[in-house]
Amino acid sequence: MAAEPAVELAGVSLSYRIPKEAVQTFKEYAIRKLQGRIEHGELVALRDATFSIAPGERVGVVGPNGAGKSTLFRVIARVRRPTRGRVVVRGRVAPLLELGLGFHGELTGRENVVLHGAVMGHSRRDMERRMDAIAEFAELEAFLDAPLRTYSTGMAARLAFAVATDVDPDILLVDEALSVGDERFQVKCHARMAGFHERGKTFLLVSHSLSEIVSNCSRALWISGGCIVQDGPADAVCAAYHAWAQGGTPA
Amino acid sequence: MTSANPAPTVYDSARGGLLFVEEAKALWLYRHLVAEIVARDIKVRYKRSVLGVAWTMLSPLLNMLAMTWVFSLVMRMDVKNFPVYFLTGSIFWAFFAGATSHAASLTIDAAEITKRVYIPRSVFVVSAVGVALVNLCLSLVPLFLIILFTGFPIHASWLFVPVSILIGALFTTGVGLVVFTLASRFVDIKETYLVLVGAWFFVTPIVYTPSIVPERWRFIVRYNPMTYLVEVFRAPLYDGWLPGPKTLAFAALAAVSSLAVGWLFYASRIEEYGRGS
Repeated sequence: MAAEPAVELAGVSLSYRIPKEAVQTFKEYAIRKLQGRIEHGELVALRDATFSIAPGERVGVVGPNGAGKSTLFRVIARVRRPTRGRVVVRGRVAPLLELGLGFHGELTGRENVVLHGAVMGHSRRDMERRMDAIAEFAELEAFLDAPLRTYSTGMAARLAFAVATDVDPDILLVDEALSVGDERFQVKCHARMAGFHERGKTFLLVSHSLSEIVSNCSRALWISGGCIVQDGPADAVCAAYHAWAQGGTPA
Repeated sequence: MTSANPAPTVYDSARGGLLFVEEAKALWLYRHLVAEIVARDIKVRYKRSVLGVAWTMLSPLLNMLAMTWVFSLVMRMDVKNFPVYFLTGSIFWAFFAGATSHAASLTIDAAEITKRVYIPRSVFVVSAVGVALVNLCLSLVPLFLIILFTGFPIHASWLFVPVSILIGALFTTGVGLVVFTLASRFVDIKETYLVLVGAWFFVTPIVYTPSIVPERWRFIVRYNPMTYLVEVFRAPLYDGWLPGPKTLAFAALAAVSSLAVGWLFYASRIEEYGRGS
Protein backbone atom coordinates (compact mmCIF):
# COMPACT_ATOMS: atom_id res chain seq x y z
CA MET A 1 0.00 0.00 0.00
CA ALA A 2 1.42 3.34 -1.02
CA ALA A 3 1.72 5.91 1.75
CA GLU A 4 -0.45 8.98 1.58
CA PRO A 5 1.26 11.93 -0.11
CA ALA A 6 3.19 14.24 2.21
CA VAL A 7 2.10 17.29 0.25
CA GLU A 8 -1.00 17.43 -1.87
CA LEU A 9 -2.22 20.41 -3.88
CA ALA A 10 -5.49 20.25 -5.77
CA GLY A 11 -6.37 23.17 -8.02
CA VAL A 12 -4.63 25.65 -5.75
CA SER A 13 -4.74 29.30 -6.71
CA LEU A 14 -3.60 32.21 -4.65
CA SER A 15 -4.18 35.82 -5.48
CA TYR A 16 -2.84 38.74 -3.56
CA ARG A 17 -5.20 41.61 -3.13
CA ILE A 18 -3.42 44.79 -4.02
CA PRO A 19 -5.24 47.92 -2.94
CA LYS A 20 -5.24 50.48 -5.76
CA GLU A 21 -4.27 53.09 -3.22
CA ALA A 22 -2.66 52.11 0.05
CA VAL A 23 -5.22 52.72 2.78
CA GLN A 24 -3.10 52.43 5.88
CA THR A 25 -5.07 54.21 8.52
CA PHE A 26 -8.40 53.44 10.08
CA LYS A 27 -9.51 57.03 9.63
CA GLU A 28 -8.93 56.91 5.88
CA TYR A 29 -10.48 53.45 5.64
CA ALA A 30 -13.65 54.59 7.39
CA ILE A 31 -13.98 57.64 5.14
CA ARG A 32 -13.45 55.62 1.97
CA LYS A 33 -15.77 52.87 3.11
CA LEU A 34 -18.51 55.45 3.60
CA GLN A 35 -17.85 56.85 0.15
CA GLY A 36 -17.72 53.35 -1.27
CA ARG A 37 -14.23 53.91 -2.56
CA ILE A 38 -12.33 50.80 -1.51
CA GLU A 39 -10.89 49.22 -4.62
CA HIS A 40 -8.58 46.31 -5.02
CA GLY A 41 -6.49 44.99 -7.83
CA GLU A 42 -5.60 41.33 -7.97
CA LEU A 43 -2.31 39.63 -8.55
CA VAL A 44 -2.61 35.95 -9.23
CA ALA A 45 0.58 34.46 -7.87
CA LEU A 46 -0.38 30.82 -8.22
CA ARG A 47 -2.80 29.43 -10.77
CA ASP A 48 -4.53 26.10 -10.47
CA ALA A 49 -1.54 24.16 -9.16
CA THR A 50 -2.18 20.43 -8.82
CA PHE A 51 0.48 17.95 -7.80
CA SER A 52 1.38 15.68 -4.96
CA ILE A 53 4.66 14.81 -3.33
CA ALA A 54 5.21 11.40 -1.78
CA PRO A 55 6.96 11.10 1.59
CA GLY A 56 10.71 10.98 1.04
CA GLU A 57 10.66 12.74 -2.29
CA ARG A 58 13.20 15.47 -2.96
CA VAL A 59 11.67 18.13 -5.16
CA GLY A 60 13.36 21.17 -6.62
CA VAL A 61 11.44 24.22 -7.79
CA VAL A 62 12.79 26.35 -10.62
CA GLY A 63 11.44 29.35 -12.46
CA PRO A 64 12.15 33.01 -13.18
CA ASN A 65 11.78 35.75 -10.57
CA GLY A 66 8.18 36.38 -9.67
CA ALA A 67 7.07 33.00 -11.02
CA GLY A 68 5.36 32.03 -7.79
CA LYS A 69 8.01 29.82 -6.20
CA SER A 70 7.94 31.56 -2.84
CA THR A 71 4.16 31.76 -2.95
CA LEU A 72 4.07 27.99 -3.44
CA PHE A 73 6.17 27.59 -0.31
CA ARG A 74 3.96 29.98 1.62
CA VAL A 75 0.92 27.94 0.74
CA ILE A 76 2.61 24.69 1.83
CA ALA A 77 3.98 26.26 5.01
CA ARG A 78 0.48 27.50 5.93
CA VAL A 79 1.58 31.11 5.84
CA ARG A 80 -1.13 31.90 3.31
CA ARG A 81 -4.42 30.15 2.83
CA PRO A 82 -5.14 29.41 -0.84
CA THR A 83 -7.76 31.58 -2.50
CA ARG A 84 -9.12 28.49 -4.27
CA GLY A 85 -8.30 24.82 -4.13
CA ARG A 86 -7.06 22.61 -1.35
CA VAL A 87 -3.73 22.01 0.30
CA VAL A 88 -3.09 18.99 2.49
CA VAL A 89 0.23 18.62 4.28
CA ARG A 90 0.91 15.50 6.32
CA GLY A 91 3.68 15.91 8.83
CA ARG A 92 5.49 18.75 10.50
CA VAL A 93 6.82 21.39 8.16
CA ALA A 94 9.98 23.32 8.95
CA PRO A 95 10.87 26.19 6.70
CA LEU A 96 14.59 26.97 6.81
CA LEU A 97 14.45 30.48 8.18
CA GLU A 98 17.02 33.08 8.92
CA LEU A 99 17.63 33.46 12.63
CA GLY A 100 16.55 36.59 14.36
CA LEU A 101 13.17 36.51 12.68
CA GLY A 102 12.14 39.87 14.05
CA PHE A 103 13.25 38.66 17.45
CA HIS A 104 15.76 40.59 19.41
CA GLY A 105 19.41 40.78 18.36
CA GLU A 106 20.34 41.26 22.00
CA LEU A 107 19.48 37.65 22.71
CA THR A 108 22.31 35.16 22.61
CA GLY A 109 22.69 32.40 20.06
CA ARG A 110 21.49 29.94 22.68
CA GLU A 111 18.33 31.95 23.41
CA ASN A 112 17.67 32.30 19.72
CA VAL A 113 17.87 28.55 19.25
CA VAL A 114 15.26 28.05 21.95
CA LEU A 115 13.04 30.77 20.49
CA HIS A 116 13.46 29.35 17.01
CA GLY A 117 12.50 25.91 18.26
CA ALA A 118 9.44 27.39 19.94
CA VAL A 119 8.38 28.92 16.62
CA MET A 120 8.30 25.35 15.35
CA GLY A 121 6.37 24.17 18.39
CA HIS A 122 9.21 22.73 20.46
CA SER A 123 9.54 23.24 24.19
CA ARG A 124 12.55 24.81 25.88
CA ARG A 125 13.54 21.49 27.43
CA ASP A 126 13.47 19.80 24.06
CA MET A 127 15.65 22.49 22.49
CA GLU A 128 18.11 22.47 25.38
CA ARG A 129 18.53 18.77 24.90
CA ARG A 130 19.38 19.38 21.25
CA MET A 131 21.60 22.39 21.99
CA ASP A 132 24.97 20.62 21.99
CA ALA A 133 24.32 18.84 18.72
CA ILE A 134 23.12 22.07 17.10
CA ALA A 135 26.11 24.08 18.32
CA GLU A 136 28.51 21.38 17.24
CA PHE A 137 27.04 21.13 13.77
CA ALA A 138 27.03 24.90 13.34
CA GLU A 139 30.58 25.02 14.78
CA LEU A 140 29.54 27.79 17.11
CA GLU A 141 30.13 26.23 20.54
CA ALA A 142 32.34 29.13 21.57
CA PHE A 143 29.87 31.79 20.48
CA LEU A 144 26.64 30.32 21.75
CA ASP A 145 26.39 32.81 24.61
CA ALA A 146 27.24 35.88 22.55
CA PRO A 147 24.39 38.13 21.38
CA LEU A 148 23.15 37.29 17.91
CA ARG A 149 23.94 40.80 16.67
CA THR A 150 27.64 40.01 17.02
CA TYR A 151 27.36 37.06 14.62
CA SER A 152 28.44 37.34 11.02
CA THR A 153 25.90 36.55 8.31
CA GLY A 154 27.55 33.20 7.74
CA MET A 155 27.48 32.28 11.44
CA ALA A 156 23.80 33.14 11.74
CA ALA A 157 23.00 31.16 8.59
CA ARG A 158 24.90 28.13 9.88
CA LEU A 159 23.04 28.22 13.17
CA ALA A 160 19.71 28.56 11.34
CA PHE A 161 20.49 25.58 9.15
CA ALA A 162 21.54 23.52 12.15
CA VAL A 163 18.33 24.33 14.04
CA ALA A 164 15.97 23.69 11.11
CA THR A 165 17.52 20.33 10.30
CA ASP A 166 18.04 19.20 13.89
CA VAL A 167 14.41 19.58 15.00
CA ASP A 168 13.74 16.69 12.68
CA PRO A 169 10.80 17.93 10.64
CA ASP A 170 8.98 15.62 8.24
CA ILE A 171 9.00 18.18 5.47
CA LEU A 172 11.79 20.69 5.06
CA LEU A 173 11.31 23.77 2.90
CA VAL A 174 14.52 25.41 1.74
CA ASP A 175 14.32 28.70 -0.12
CA GLU A 176 17.64 29.62 -1.76
CA ALA A 177 19.58 28.93 1.35
CA LEU A 178 21.62 25.81 0.91
CA SER A 179 24.64 27.85 -0.08
CA VAL A 180 25.30 28.41 3.60
CA GLY A 181 28.80 29.08 4.83
CA ASP A 182 32.03 28.16 3.15
CA GLU A 183 32.66 25.20 0.91
CA ARG A 184 33.60 22.89 3.77
CA PHE A 185 30.38 23.69 5.60
CA GLN A 186 28.40 23.11 2.43
CA VAL A 187 29.80 19.61 2.26
CA LYS A 188 28.43 19.03 5.76
CA CYS A 189 25.07 20.47 4.73
CA HIS A 190 24.84 18.14 1.79
CA ALA A 191 25.74 15.17 3.97
CA ARG A 192 23.01 16.14 6.38
CA MET A 193 20.50 16.51 3.56
CA ALA A 194 21.44 13.06 2.34
CA GLY A 195 20.84 11.67 5.85
CA PHE A 196 17.52 13.44 5.83
CA HIS A 197 16.64 11.65 2.65
CA GLU A 198 17.71 8.28 4.05
CA ARG A 199 15.30 8.71 6.95
CA GLY A 200 12.50 9.12 4.43
CA LYS A 201 12.01 12.85 4.94
CA THR A 202 10.46 15.06 2.32
CA PHE A 203 12.43 17.99 1.06
CA LEU A 204 11.55 20.94 -1.18
CA LEU A 205 14.19 23.28 -2.51
CA VAL A 206 13.80 26.55 -4.38
CA SER A 207 16.98 27.60 -6.10
CA HIS A 208 18.31 29.49 -9.08
CA SER A 209 21.28 27.15 -9.11
CA LEU A 210 20.25 24.32 -11.42
CA SER A 211 23.27 22.25 -10.41
CA GLU A 212 22.15 22.46 -6.79
CA ILE A 213 18.70 21.19 -7.79
CA VAL A 214 20.11 18.36 -9.91
CA SER A 215 22.49 17.22 -7.20
CA ASN A 216 19.94 17.42 -4.34
CA CYS A 217 16.63 16.52 -5.94
CA SER A 218 15.14 13.65 -7.86
CA ARG A 219 12.19 15.59 -9.20
CA ALA A 220 11.68 19.19 -10.24
CA LEU A 221 8.81 21.58 -10.86
CA TRP A 222 9.22 24.43 -13.31
CA ILE A 223 6.92 27.32 -12.49
CA SER A 224 6.26 30.35 -14.60
CA GLY A 225 3.60 33.02 -14.24
CA GLY A 226 2.05 31.10 -11.37
CA CYS A 227 1.51 27.98 -13.49
CA ILE A 228 3.35 24.70 -13.40
CA VAL A 229 5.04 24.46 -16.78
CA GLN A 230 6.72 21.12 -16.29
CA ASP A 231 6.90 18.44 -13.61
CA GLY A 232 9.31 15.56 -14.00
CA PRO A 233 12.78 14.16 -13.27
CA ALA A 234 15.09 16.89 -11.99
CA ASP A 235 17.69 16.61 -14.76
CA ALA A 236 15.12 16.70 -17.58
CA VAL A 237 13.18 19.65 -16.14
CA CYS A 238 16.35 21.57 -15.37
CA ALA A 239 17.67 20.96 -18.89
CA ALA A 240 14.42 22.19 -20.42
CA TYR A 241 14.33 25.23 -18.13
CA HIS A 242 17.95 25.99 -18.91
CA ALA A 243 17.24 25.83 -22.65
CA TRP A 244 14.30 28.18 -22.22
CA ALA A 245 16.25 30.58 -20.04
CA GLN A 246 19.01 30.73 -22.63
CA GLY A 247 16.46 32.05 -25.11
CA GLY A 248 15.22 28.84 -26.64
CA THR A 249 11.63 27.66 -26.62
CA PRO A 250 9.94 25.75 -23.80
CA ALA A 251 10.11 21.98 -24.11
CA MET B 1 14.74 10.97 19.19
CA THR B 2 11.34 11.28 17.59
CA SER B 3 9.53 10.52 20.83
CA ALA B 4 10.04 14.04 22.16
CA ASN B 5 8.70 15.63 19.00
CA PRO B 6 5.27 17.17 18.94
CA ALA B 7 2.70 14.82 17.48
CA PRO B 8 2.66 14.72 13.68
CA THR B 9 0.12 17.14 12.37
CA VAL B 10 -1.98 17.25 9.28
CA TYR B 11 -2.77 20.60 7.77
CA ASP B 12 -5.74 20.68 5.45
CA SER B 13 -6.62 24.11 4.09
CA ALA B 14 -10.12 22.93 3.23
CA ARG B 15 -10.91 21.51 6.64
CA GLY B 16 -13.96 23.11 8.11
CA GLY B 17 -14.41 23.73 11.77
CA LEU B 18 -15.23 26.83 13.68
CA LEU B 19 -12.53 29.44 13.38
CA PHE B 20 -12.53 30.32 17.04
CA VAL B 21 -12.10 26.67 18.01
CA GLU B 22 -9.31 26.16 15.48
CA GLU B 23 -7.53 29.29 16.71
CA ALA B 24 -7.81 28.14 20.31
CA LYS B 25 -6.29 24.76 19.45
CA ALA B 26 -3.50 26.49 17.54
CA LEU B 27 -2.73 28.72 20.51
CA TRP B 28 -2.45 25.66 22.77
CA LEU B 29 -0.04 23.95 20.35
CA TYR B 30 2.18 27.02 20.44
CA ARG B 31 2.13 27.56 24.20
CA HIS B 32 5.91 27.08 24.36
CA LEU B 33 6.29 30.05 22.08
CA VAL B 34 4.26 32.19 24.47
CA ALA B 35 6.59 31.24 27.32
CA GLU B 36 9.63 32.07 25.20
CA ILE B 37 8.33 35.43 24.03
CA VAL B 38 7.54 36.41 27.61
CA ALA B 39 11.01 35.31 28.74
CA ARG B 40 12.61 37.19 25.86
CA ASP B 41 10.77 40.42 26.61
CA ILE B 42 11.67 40.36 30.25
CA LYS B 43 15.29 39.45 29.60
CA VAL B 44 15.76 42.13 26.96
CA ARG B 45 14.18 44.69 29.21
CA TYR B 46 16.41 43.94 32.16
CA LYS B 47 19.58 43.45 30.17
CA ARG B 48 19.32 46.99 28.90
CA SER B 49 18.66 48.85 32.10
CA VAL B 50 21.17 49.23 34.89
CA LEU B 51 18.54 49.15 37.60
CA GLY B 52 16.92 46.07 36.11
CA VAL B 53 14.26 44.40 38.19
CA ALA B 54 14.64 47.11 40.81
CA TRP B 55 13.21 49.63 38.37
CA THR B 56 9.91 47.80 38.12
CA MET B 57 9.63 48.02 41.86
CA LEU B 58 10.99 51.56 42.14
CA SER B 59 8.76 53.17 39.54
CA PRO B 60 5.49 52.65 41.44
CA LEU B 61 7.17 54.10 44.52
CA LEU B 62 8.20 57.27 42.72
CA ASN B 63 4.84 57.42 41.03
CA MET B 64 3.14 57.10 44.38
CA LEU B 65 5.21 59.83 45.98
CA ALA B 66 4.40 62.26 43.17
CA MET B 67 0.70 61.44 43.05
CA THR B 68 0.32 61.47 46.80
CA TRP B 69 1.89 64.89 46.91
CA VAL B 70 -0.35 66.22 44.14
CA PHE B 71 -3.60 64.75 45.31
CA SER B 72 -3.41 64.83 49.06
CA LEU B 73 -1.41 68.00 49.60
CA VAL B 74 -2.05 70.15 46.54
CA MET B 75 -5.62 69.11 45.69
CA ARG B 76 -6.50 68.16 49.26
CA MET B 77 -8.17 64.89 48.34
CA ASP B 78 -9.73 63.49 51.47
CA VAL B 79 -9.23 59.76 51.23
CA LYS B 80 -8.10 57.55 54.07
CA ASN B 81 -4.52 56.39 53.42
CA PHE B 82 -4.45 57.93 49.96
CA PRO B 83 -1.08 56.38 48.96
CA VAL B 84 -2.44 52.84 49.24
CA TYR B 85 -5.79 53.78 47.68
CA PHE B 86 -4.03 55.32 44.72
CA LEU B 87 -1.35 52.65 44.34
CA THR B 88 -3.75 49.71 44.29
CA GLY B 89 -5.62 51.39 41.46
CA SER B 90 -2.61 52.58 39.52
CA ILE B 91 -0.73 49.26 39.66
CA PHE B 92 -3.77 47.50 38.25
CA TRP B 93 -4.19 50.21 35.64
CA ALA B 94 -0.54 49.92 34.64
CA PHE B 95 -1.11 46.20 34.09
CA PHE B 96 -4.15 46.74 31.88
CA ALA B 97 -2.79 49.67 29.89
CA GLY B 98 0.68 48.15 29.60
CA ALA B 99 -0.55 44.80 28.31
CA THR B 100 -3.00 46.18 25.77
CA SER B 101 -0.70 48.84 24.33
CA HIS B 102 2.18 46.36 24.23
CA ALA B 103 -0.07 43.97 22.27
CA ALA B 104 -0.73 46.74 19.77
CA SER B 105 2.98 47.37 19.30
CA LEU B 106 3.72 43.67 18.71
CA THR B 107 1.91 43.71 15.35
CA ILE B 108 5.17 44.62 13.62
CA ASP B 109 6.97 41.59 15.08
CA ALA B 110 3.97 39.45 14.23
CA ALA B 111 3.91 40.58 10.60
CA GLU B 112 7.64 39.98 10.24
CA ILE B 113 7.48 36.45 11.57
CA THR B 114 4.23 35.28 10.04
CA LYS B 115 5.44 36.32 6.61
CA ARG B 116 7.85 33.40 6.79
CA VAL B 117 6.41 30.78 9.08
CA TYR B 118 3.01 29.87 10.40
CA ILE B 119 2.31 30.71 14.00
CA PRO B 120 -1.03 31.70 15.49
CA ARG B 121 -0.83 35.43 16.06
CA SER B 122 -2.75 35.20 19.30
CA VAL B 123 0.55 34.14 20.92
CA PHE B 124 1.60 37.80 20.76
CA VAL B 125 -1.44 39.03 22.65
CA VAL B 126 -1.17 36.33 25.29
CA SER B 127 2.55 37.06 25.61
CA ALA B 128 1.89 40.77 26.10
CA VAL B 129 -0.53 39.91 28.92
CA GLY B 130 2.06 37.49 30.32
CA VAL B 131 4.78 40.14 30.43
CA ALA B 132 2.41 42.58 32.12
CA LEU B 133 1.48 39.89 34.66
CA VAL B 134 5.13 39.43 35.60
CA ASN B 135 5.49 43.18 36.03
CA LEU B 136 2.31 43.32 38.09
CA CYS B 137 3.61 40.62 40.43
CA LEU B 138 6.90 42.48 40.80
CA SER B 139 5.15 45.72 41.67
CA LEU B 140 3.10 43.93 44.33
CA VAL B 141 6.30 43.75 46.41
CA PRO B 142 6.67 47.51 46.94
CA LEU B 143 2.90 47.75 47.34
CA PHE B 144 2.96 45.31 50.26
CA LEU B 145 5.89 47.21 51.75
CA ILE B 146 3.99 50.48 51.53
CA ILE B 147 0.89 48.92 53.01
CA LEU B 148 2.90 47.71 55.98
CA PHE B 149 4.90 50.93 56.22
CA THR B 150 1.78 53.11 56.33
CA GLY B 151 0.54 51.06 59.25
CA PHE B 152 -2.14 49.05 57.47
CA PRO B 153 -2.74 45.66 59.06
CA ILE B 154 -2.23 42.40 57.19
CA HIS B 155 -5.55 40.96 56.04
CA ALA B 156 -6.58 37.43 55.14
CA SER B 157 -8.37 39.01 52.17
CA TRP B 158 -4.98 39.37 50.50
CA LEU B 159 -5.40 35.73 49.54
CA PHE B 160 -8.17 36.84 47.18
CA VAL B 161 -5.77 38.94 45.10
CA PRO B 162 -4.86 36.11 42.66
CA VAL B 163 -8.55 35.77 41.77
CA SER B 164 -8.75 39.53 41.17
CA ILE B 165 -5.69 39.33 38.94
CA LEU B 166 -7.16 36.42 36.99
CA ILE B 167 -10.38 38.34 36.33
CA GLY B 168 -8.33 41.37 35.30
CA ALA B 169 -6.14 39.26 33.01
CA LEU B 170 -9.16 37.80 31.18
CA PHE B 171 -10.61 41.26 30.59
CA THR B 172 -7.24 42.58 29.47
CA THR B 173 -6.73 39.69 27.04
CA GLY B 174 -10.07 40.41 25.39
CA VAL B 175 -9.31 44.10 24.92
CA GLY B 176 -5.78 43.24 23.81
CA LEU B 177 -7.11 40.89 21.12
CA VAL B 178 -9.37 43.57 19.66
CA VAL B 179 -6.65 46.22 19.68
CA PHE B 180 -4.06 43.82 18.26
CA THR B 181 -6.36 42.64 15.47
CA LEU B 182 -7.25 46.19 14.43
CA ALA B 183 -3.64 47.35 14.75
CA SER B 184 -2.56 44.52 12.45
CA ARG B 185 -4.51 46.20 9.68
CA PHE B 186 -4.43 49.91 10.44
CA VAL B 187 -1.30 51.83 11.39
CA ASP B 188 -3.14 54.54 13.31
CA ILE B 189 -4.87 52.21 15.75
CA LYS B 190 -2.00 52.13 18.23
CA GLU B 191 -1.80 55.91 18.57
CA THR B 192 -5.57 56.24 18.76
CA TYR B 193 -5.73 53.57 21.42
CA LEU B 194 -3.04 55.28 23.53
CA VAL B 195 -5.10 58.47 23.52
CA LEU B 196 -8.22 56.49 24.45
CA VAL B 197 -6.47 54.73 27.30
CA GLY B 198 -5.23 58.07 28.61
CA ALA B 199 -8.80 59.33 28.76
CA TRP B 200 -10.11 56.03 30.14
CA PHE B 201 -7.75 56.39 33.11
CA PHE B 202 -9.50 59.52 34.25
CA VAL B 203 -13.02 58.10 34.06
CA THR B 204 -11.93 55.22 36.29
CA PRO B 205 -11.80 55.80 40.04
CA ILE B 206 -8.04 55.56 40.54
CA VAL B 207 -7.01 58.99 41.78
CA TYR B 208 -10.46 59.72 43.19
CA THR B 209 -13.29 57.83 44.84
CA PRO B 210 -16.62 57.33 43.04
CA SER B 211 -18.37 59.26 45.82
CA ILE B 212 -16.75 62.59 44.88
CA VAL B 213 -18.10 62.37 41.33
CA PRO B 214 -21.19 64.63 40.97
CA GLU B 215 -24.37 62.57 40.67
CA ARG B 216 -25.10 63.65 37.07
CA TRP B 217 -21.71 62.39 35.90
CA ARG B 218 -21.62 59.26 37.98
CA PHE B 219 -23.11 57.13 35.20
CA ILE B 220 -19.78 57.35 33.35
CA VAL B 221 -18.04 55.67 36.24
CA ARG B 222 -20.94 53.24 36.68
CA TYR B 223 -20.92 52.04 33.06
CA ASN B 224 -17.15 51.75 32.95
CA PRO B 225 -16.17 48.09 33.38
CA MET B 226 -12.74 49.10 34.67
CA THR B 227 -14.45 50.61 37.73
CA TYR B 228 -15.48 47.13 38.83
CA LEU B 229 -12.22 45.47 37.85
CA VAL B 230 -10.19 48.05 39.79
CA GLU B 231 -12.52 47.67 42.74
CA VAL B 232 -12.15 43.87 42.73
CA PHE B 233 -8.39 44.31 42.87
CA ARG B 234 -8.47 47.12 45.40
CA ALA B 235 -10.99 45.79 47.90
CA PRO B 236 -8.92 42.92 49.32
CA LEU B 237 -5.81 45.11 49.59
CA TYR B 238 -7.17 48.49 50.63
CA ASP B 239 -10.43 47.67 52.40
CA GLY B 240 -9.13 44.41 53.77
CA TRP B 241 -12.37 42.77 52.74
CA LEU B 242 -13.69 40.82 49.76
CA PRO B 243 -15.32 42.84 46.96
CA GLY B 244 -19.09 43.02 47.16
CA PRO B 245 -21.02 40.28 45.31
CA LYS B 246 -22.49 42.80 42.84
CA THR B 247 -19.09 44.30 42.05
CA LEU B 248 -17.59 40.86 41.69
CA ALA B 249 -20.40 39.72 39.39
CA PHE B 250 -20.07 42.80 37.17
CA ALA B 251 -16.31 42.37 36.99
CA ALA B 252 -16.57 38.68 36.11
CA LEU B 253 -19.23 39.41 33.51
CA ALA B 254 -17.06 42.14 31.97
CA ALA B 255 -14.08 39.78 31.90
CA VAL B 256 -15.92 36.91 30.26
CA SER B 257 -17.69 39.11 27.69
CA SER B 258 -14.47 40.91 26.83
CA LEU B 259 -12.64 37.66 26.28
CA ALA B 260 -15.48 36.19 24.20
CA VAL B 261 -15.87 39.27 22.01
CA GLY B 262 -12.11 39.69 21.65
CA TRP B 263 -11.54 36.07 20.72
CA LEU B 264 -14.39 35.94 18.19
CA PHE B 265 -13.26 39.19 16.61
CA TYR B 266 -9.66 38.02 16.47
CA ALA B 267 -10.51 34.60 15.02
CA SER B 268 -12.79 35.97 12.32
CA ARG B 269 -10.62 38.90 11.24
CA ILE B 270 -6.96 38.12 11.77
CA GLU B 271 -6.51 36.17 8.54
CA GLU B 272 -7.70 39.14 6.51
CA TYR B 273 -6.22 41.92 8.64
CA GLY B 274 -2.93 40.17 9.24
CA ARG B 275 -1.91 40.12 5.61
CA GLY B 276 -2.19 43.86 5.46
CA SER B 277 -4.89 44.57 2.90
